[in-house]
Amino acid sequence: MQTLAFFVLTVLAVGSAAVVVGPWVKNQVLCALALAFNLVSLAGFFFLLDAQFIAFLQVIVYAGAIMVLILFVLMLLNVQDERRLAAARPFQRWLGPAAAVAFALIVVAAVRSGGGALRYPQPSAGYGTVRALGLELFTRFFYPFEAISLLLVVAMIGAVLLAKRRL
Amino acid sequence: MAFGPQSVLAVSAVLFALGVLGVLLRRGAILILMSVEIMLNAANLAFVSFARQHDHAEGQIYVFFVITLAAAEAAVGLAIVIALFRLRGSTDVDELSLLKW
Repeated sequence: MQTLAFFVLTVLAVGSAAVVVGPWVKNQVLCALALAFNLVSLAGFFFLLDAQFIAFLQVIVYAGAIMVLILFVLMLLNVQDERRLAAARPFQRWLGPAAAVAFALIVVAAVRSGGGALRYPQPSAGYGTVRALGLELFTRFFYPFEAISLLLVVAMIGAVLLAKRRL
Repeated sequence: MAFGPQSVLAVSAVLFALGVLGVLLRRGAILILMSVEIMLNAANLAFVSFARQHDHAEGQIYVFFVITLAAAEAAVGLAIVIALFRLRGSTDVDELSLLKW
């Protein structure tokens, strides 16, 4: 059952990611919808790995807020379909995919030969719940938590400054 | 390959490679941002897998921070794209060579 879910989610995630990155789909809104699909299938992975809170966060923040932001900007700018890759870039056209494939092969080979565990151990009680994460977040990770809230404020002010026509 | 740490990490590596591919091949600025999101998500998957493998919540806390960073990155990145579009009327990165010598 778990293995079946894993296979289905893998096909969905890799397929939708291929739609986003592959230059064969020109329509950018279609790519954004494929990205939303990819993010939701990643949330499925998180469920499978007993990270319920992260899975919900993924759906609400990523597939909800960030995707709406991207789609909003796409439609606001009314961008045209992406043009074909310039013919003057043979290097990028072939070396890019070659580098990416080589990277994937190297990492997969490293993972396979690393002798890591083949199965996940049984999770302890309360693993991945809001309670477990909150305890960790507000004790050991308190200062990073405060720092990241500061970063969000900075990003918010920066976004307004950049996008505003005249201050 | 059955469901386990090795296969999940392999999926994470493939997704990351796809994100790299998107950054290298795509020419639209928003599409490049979306490819970066795919790379961040691949890293998140590896974090959650390691957290599950070691039965510790720390990896999930990192995912929490990465998601927050991704939100900030998307906001600032899209603001830059809007400013560029206003300036140039296009989001094609090949036309943005102002800082190139």
